[in-house]
Amino acid sequence: MTIPLMRPPRKNPVLRTRQMNLPPGARGRVALGLTAAAAEGRFELQTCEDCNSVQYPPREVCHQCLSPRLQWRAQSGAGVLLSSTTLHHSNDLFFRERLPWTLGMVHLDAGPTVMTHLHGDVGTAPQKVRVGARLDRAGQAVLIAYPQEGDAHMADDKMLREMTSDPKFRKVLVTDGKTEVGQSLVKALVKAGADIVWVGHAEPWKKLGGLEDISALPQVTLVPLDLTNGRSVSELAGEIGGKVDIVINNAEVHRNFGIAARRGTDAAKAEMDINYFGLLRLAQEFGPALMGRSADGETGASAWVNLLSIYALSNFPPHGTFSASKAAAHSLAQCLRAEMRPAGIRVINVFPGPLDDEWNQQMPPPKLAANTLANAVVKALRDGIEDIYPGDVAQEWLERWRDNPKVLERELAAGGG
Amino acid sequence: MANTSLPLAPTQILAALTSALTTGSIRVIDLTQTLTPEFPQIALPPEMGQCWPFRIEEVSRYDERGPGWYWNNFSCGEHTGTHFDAPIHWISGRDLPNNSVDTIPAQHFVAPACVIDCTADVAGNDDYLLSVADIGRYEAAHGRIPKGAWVLMRTDWSKRTDPEAYQNFDATGQHTPGPSTEAVRFLVEQRDVLGFGSEAIGTDAGQGYHLRPPYPCHYYMHGAGRYGLQCLCNLDLLPPAGAVLVCPPLKIEKGSGSPLRVLALVGSAT
Repeated sequence: MTIPLMRPPRKNPVLRTRQMNLPPGARGRVALGLTAAAAEGRFELQTCEDCNSVQYPPREVCHQCLSPRLQWRAQSGAGVLLSSTTLHHSNDLFFRERLPWTLGMVHLDAGPTVMTHLHGDVGTAPQKVRVGARLDRAGQAVLIAYPQEGDAHMADDKMLREMTSDPKFRKVLVTDGKTEVGQSLVKALVKAGADIVWVGHAEPWKKLGGLEDISALPQVTLVPLDLTNGRSVSELAGEIGGKVDIVINNAEVHRNFGIAARRGTDAAKAEMDINYFGLLRLAQEFGPALMGRSADGETGASAWVNLLSIYALSNFPPHGTFSASKAAAHSLAQCLRAEMRPAGIRVINVFPGPLDDEWNQQMPPPKLAANTLANAVVKALRDGIEDIYPGDVAQEWLERWRDNPKVLERELAAGGG
Repeated sequence: MANTSLPLAPTQILAALTSALTTGSIRVIDLTQTLTPEFPQIALPPEMGQCWPFRIEEVSRYDERGPGWYWNNFSCGEHTGTHFDAPIHWISGRDLPNNSVDTIPAQHFVAPACVIDCTADVAGNDDYLLSVADIGRYEAAHGRIPKGAWVLMRTDWSKRTDPEAYQNFDATGQHTPGPSTEAVRFLVEQRDVLGFGSEAIGTDAGQGYHLRPPYPCHYYMHGAGRYGLQCLCNLDLLPPAGAVLVCPPLKIEKGSGSPLRVLALVGSAT
């Protein structure tokens, strides 16, 4: 039984804030295939196209038949724990600060024997376990063996929490509370046990409804935040930056124009000013504060979430300038991810299809409901996932984009959404 | 009242003016709101083009971006903060001669101001419309509005420092005071004023879209080649009559308006 996480005591302000020492993060090009799958929540191993053998660790060629025709394929992870070891000493700083730490050797039903971190609920060997891949604090895939039957608190396992960004007892900033997505995010975070949710509120004179409901929640505090105004971002970071554990940047401007449908650049600039420059301003002001607190106790700073769009991958011409702004934001989010990695802060990019909101009023269904998106974000935080594509449209576009980006571009140009 | 029995030569008038400015017997009052990112801008339905709010970013501040100097870049619309409306701003004034800020005769940028106090009426009614009767009462007390004067509607609206209260939106739109259609026509047609000035975000009332015609102050003032000033403050420091406004907008080619500094010259009471 995992002991449920209790509310951590208040921080002693005279103690130095601990700094992050990352676990070993170097991986070769081939091994990064494991990370690429884990970043999306999948456990994949190399499978030989010629002899069907599954192998681990990743290699250039098949360990059985030397074929170079290797494909990464999803694994069930079913296996048997052969042995386990609990470390009480390590010269690696990350593990040294988190001892004791238990490792296991698992024989996967698919063939290979793998070294894993062991969830605390797994008993002594031999016994059946389920292996999954997770990103660790260095952002690299590691394998974890879970018990076959998990209990309600298994996410509170000490080792697992090092890999995830569960909102439970964490303090979260949601940058725009005026949209339905923002309000759904706030509700989902409160439900997930967030300690405080600060909710950004730009242009307070514009009344859009729904804000009263969330501001009535005891965990919620409305804060003035306008991502177009550098001073507003900087002042809020000065005020709460040192307490925020998770930033969720959901502020966006979305207009339905391509190039020819709108004279001038005002709508496109407004999109860029929030969707791209807004992220830049936010990252410059809140990034350093988050990075400084990434090892600050059990509920320290841990994640940064960007609401992008599936249109970031390939331009959807009827919403062409919006697509371009999201592509720019995606590129910047990759830079943010690289810059935050040394502190172990996870940058989660969310690529939804069309949301069921005002600016997609004339889009045919299926459209993503705000609460579905919010639940997907909370799940990504809990599961330590880096890229999510919520909803049927996003999943389908992703598949087509992976299959052949040029074909997708042509289909979208011809009006095929 | 001024002594008109000894007319002065123009050079003597200017010398007397500068002397009075030096001694403080003529005071300069600033009627301008400070340009800050927090000051609200006019809000149109989101599908329409929008006026940019004031935004400012440091170029350098004695740092690695410029070790010995401090300066900023700023951006805003022509109608951001305390600003001037030129006739070309409105469709009714679009074909008039000299209708943009760069071609308006500079002589018009210095003119007398009449301040009509509507504070009591506005205190009880955010949608208060200045009426012809209000103008009549003003003239009975302070004399006829001279040709070529600014008429400023004092409401103390500028004392609403909370942007939400200043904008004053509800589900039916904005609620701020302004002039009635009849009052605007009276000022243009009967008094030949230079323009109309307001403390609220526009020269027209917040509900001015529902008047006939929509936005009558914009429609008639600019249609007749007259000007607008809005987001003024400190009107409570002006006398009802006798102040002189100095308010040149930026010289923007074909500009429809511009943020500006509005100064009032006021003779001291003693």
